[in-house]
Amino acid sequence: METRIVIKKNQYRDSVFLMVINEQTRSLPGINEIAVMMGTVNNKDIIKEVGFFGPEIDSATSKDIVICIRATSEEEIERALAQIDEMLTRKRRPEELEDVYKTLESAIRERPETNFAIISIPGQFAARETKKALNHGLNVLLFSDNVPIEEEIEIKKLAAQFDRIVMGPDCGTAIINHVPLGFANAVNPGPIGLVAAAGTGLQEVVCLIDRAGGGISQAIGTGGRDLSDKVGGLSMLKGLDILDNDDETEIVVLISKPPGPTTTKKILKRVSKSPKKVIINFLGSNPELISSFGATFGQTLEETAFLAVAALKGEQYQHRNFSTSEEELKRRLKEETERMTPNQKFIRGLYSGGTLCDEAMLILNDSVGEVYSNIPLKPKLRLQDLSKGQNHCCIDLGDDYFTRGRPHPMISPDSRGRYIISEGEDPQVAVLLLDIVLGYGAHMDMAGALRESIKVAKAEVEKRGGYLAVVASVCGTMKDPQDFPSQVQNLEDVGVVVMPSNAQAARFAAMIALKNNNRIG
Amino acid sequence: MKKDRHLAERKKPCFGKDLVVVNIGIRPFYEDLKKLNVKVSHVDWEPPAGGDQEVTALLDKIL
Amino acid sequence: MEKKEAIKEKIKQANRAAVENMLAAQPVWVDVARAGDVIPGMKKNMLLHAGPPQKYENMCGPQRGAAWGALIFEGLANDAKEADQLLASGKAVIEPAHDHDSVSGAAHMISFSQPAIVLENKTNGKVYYTHMKEDTFIALRYGSHGDHTIRKLKWLTEVVSPIFSKGLKKVGGVNCRDIIAKSLFMGDEGHNRNQAETCLFEQMFIPVLLESDLSKEQILEVARVLQHDENFFLYQVMASCKAMLDAGKDVEYSTIVTVMARNGTEFGIKVSGLGDMWFNAPAPMVKGLYFPGFSEKDANPDLGDSCITETAGIGGFAMAASPAIVHFGTATGVGGSVQDAINYTKEMYEITEAENPAYQIAYIDFRGCPTGIDILKVLDTGIQPIINTSISPKEPGRSQAGAGLVRAPMECFKKAFLAFVEKYKLAQKS
Repeated sequence: METRIVIKKNQYRDSVFLMVINEQTRSLPGINEIAVMMGTVNNKDIIKEVGFFGPEIDSATSKDIVICIRATSEEEIERALAQIDEMLTRKRRPEELEDVYKTLESAIRERPETNFAIISIPGQFAARETKKALNHGLNVLLFSDNVPIEEEIEIKKLAAQFDRIVMGPDCGTAIINHVPLGFANAVNPGPIGLVAAAGTGLQEVVCLIDRAGGGISQAIGTGGRDLSDKVGGLSMLKGLDILDNDDETEIVVLISKPPGPTTTKKILKRVSKSPKKVIINFLGSNPELISSFGATFGQTLEETAFLAVAALKGEQYQHRNFSTSEEELKRRLKEETERMTPNQKFIRGLYSGGTLCDEAMLILNDSVGEVYSNIPLKPKLRLQDLSKGQNHCCIDLGDDYFTRGRPHPMISPDSRGRYIISEGEDPQVAVLLLDIVLGYGAHMDMAGALRESIKVAKAEVEKRGGYLAVVASVCGTMKDPQDFPSQVQNLEDVGVVVMPSNAQAARFAAMIALKNNNRIG
Repeated sequence: MKKDRHLAERKKPCFGKDLVVVNIGIRPFYEDLKKLNVKVSHVDWEPPAGGDQEVTALLDKIL
Repeated sequence: MEKKEAIKEKIKQANRAAVENMLAAQPVWVDVARAGDVIPGMKKNMLLHAGPPQKYENMCGPQRGAAWGALIFEGLANDAKEADQLLASGKAVIEPAHDHDSVSGAAHMISFSQPAIVLENKTNGKVYYTHMKEDTFIALRYGSHGDHTIRKLKWLTEVVSPIFSKGLKKVGGVNCRDIIAKSLFMGDEGHNRNQAETCLFEQMFIPVLLESDLSKEQILEVARVLQHDENFFLYQVMASCKAMLDAGKDVEYSTIVTVMARNGTEFGIKVSGLGDMWFNAPAPMVKGLYFPGFSEKDANPDLGDSCITETAGIGGFAMAASPAIVHFGTATGVGGSVQDAINYTKEMYEITEAENPAYQIAYIDFRGCPTGIDILKVLDTGIQPIINTSISPKEPGRSQAGAGLVRAPMECFKKAFLAFVEKYKLAQKS
């Protein structure tokens, strides 16, 4: 055990400040005991009690800093002294004046022109806070989930009384007055307005519109449960009102997972009264029903986006399965399948966006047949063991089951990276299907973060004599905080086939699986 | 086509001209909006009654 | 709906009235006298402790040590063992200081012969008490009960206190409200930093002593006490806060907190509209910094009547006046900042009824200290009162372990609220 005593003469420091130094230096490895105090009579008593003695201590005065260190070696003493010196001479941080408050009341009192609230607190308290916000005249983006349905109805009715909208619960994305809120993309302004009960559905459509040369006036979220018959589409109806009333909006797009039958009629009736062109993507809905109310039906998110842009440009929309040339498509298909073993037949979708996962399943269902999932289209297709895929399968890794206490796959690559590798180990897997979602709130380089896992998975399959195809789409715009082109490049560099939309990615994945099974030439 | 032109009362735009936001909960939303120069406040929220929903419900009956 | 509005209005008016009385208080330190002569209900075999009522067998380590020391000081026991037997048998009794218009700091036990600070609220004439402050680190109030401590206590009683008494009588009392107000402009917050208060007191008191017939040696006793203990004035401040808060008690329908206190095992509060009822929860552990030789494992749960200062709107509530204190939040290695100190005070405005015009904080544009904790606001916002405090050692007989920050437990406020609902029959019959 080594001891050192250092006196810093004529340097006054506050007793509390010295206590901090004491505390932070004591935790260094090898330190047995430490005392850093001003040399007052009292303090010298304490120093003696802790076992430090010496004439330097005795002669120290209340104007001197007494530093005593006992450690297992000289190196450790030196390290401790260096830290103490650094802390004694460290410059102060500049103070940041922030607009942070402890209550909504205080925030509004200090900034009375506040007109919008984003609420992302635990679900059991979310409605209470939403009511407060509505009572103050705010519109609300309610990001929280696990809000009881009765409370959802209560707050939406209250919103209606105030002529306001509650976007949510469980609404992760919106673009209001050209401001991206929650997990949202940076898009060009323009005359296309959207109301969506599907988060990544909204993102995909908005990004495709932007990249096709269109622009967005408002992108209003309603939360995933809004179009259930119990809630009755209260927020979508309000969203429609807003867009009808909005001078900037010429074309209206509605997006939702399958709405309740009563609510579907309700919405369509309301749509028929709109003076604007309405395009509707209600997953799984009857196209004739939609058009009978004067709206245009979009089969996929991609088609919906292109229909909107076509309407904007005054053009006729032509459906194409792929935007890539047939030649190029054939070439890639050959590339992706020629090294596969015959028993590689399954598609495994690993999704961060629920709606994108839904869309993929609908498309795959039409081409390869039944698709298992944790959010299946039919109850019998529920994936029982969520640790691995089964047959053709699309897993929504953003679902509650995977995100309880863990970060969402749009923020963290960890869960997806693991599944990429484990699914690659299944010799029956032919192709992995991925979505990379960009925008505010999302990981700054998801493509880069998944590179290693993709490389490793592909290499492992190659070792076994097969080939793992990976198909992906990037949901984003050129203005998003992530660099869209380099996200695409990052993926292509490790052999991923990047398609321009989730629909095309799903179709191409289906083509790969079918080709390897010799069903198509 | 059965669309009627609504020339009825022009309502005030629902969202106002400029968004002035208060963020309650996850801090990154606040930080992202600040970077975009949007006027935004943050509420460092605490659960009422230490998270006790029964007491909170009773409190709300009285307050 | 009407009934709800009526109740809200009643509570509003009651709180306003309670806090008005508190803000009007004029605490003046008038004397130092023998506890047994002045404290109501004091007995020769009685010891007054901090916090809510408790049984001796449940008492925490430092308080036991202090209890033994007090009985030895009183001459009722020769050693710790005898003292313990007296207490265990009930021959010596323990009661909350708050039940006797008094406050007791950390683990201190006020006993009959000890010198008591006598403090009067000149606005209503009521008088309150606490003990004189001993040595800085090794003291009865941390559970020390050895010869050194007893001797110092005797010296404090026989030599020092009468000198203070003489000076106080000569000057006609020391206005504590003025001293507290000035000290808030000088970096004190009133609980953990009383240095400016002590200086201000010394500045006005030494000339008084010099003008009296006290000898140079006697005056030196006082001067040395103040020189030795830069935070001497804490107990006068505590008694002042007690006097102020007590002025607002017993107002029907009021939800304002009149007492916050801990006995090292439980943390208790009292509420104006709920009379003398205590609402208790387990005392929390303080998050703080430790003196050399101490760490968390040496710490006792939160202890003492000193958070009467926070209850009155100073101490931790006035942290914006005393930024250096915020370093106490670094127990986990995260540095505090001046902004943190300001934020703590700003938080407290969310749960209090008024801003005290007598106690202003320059750094936040001279806003008055957040005063009058409302249990309804604590519940509604989820914000618990913040307290700056010293950390007592778990084992009796050691010195102060450290200092830090602690929050009053939410459970106390929940219990008080449910009692309030019951007393005033506020729950709807469904």
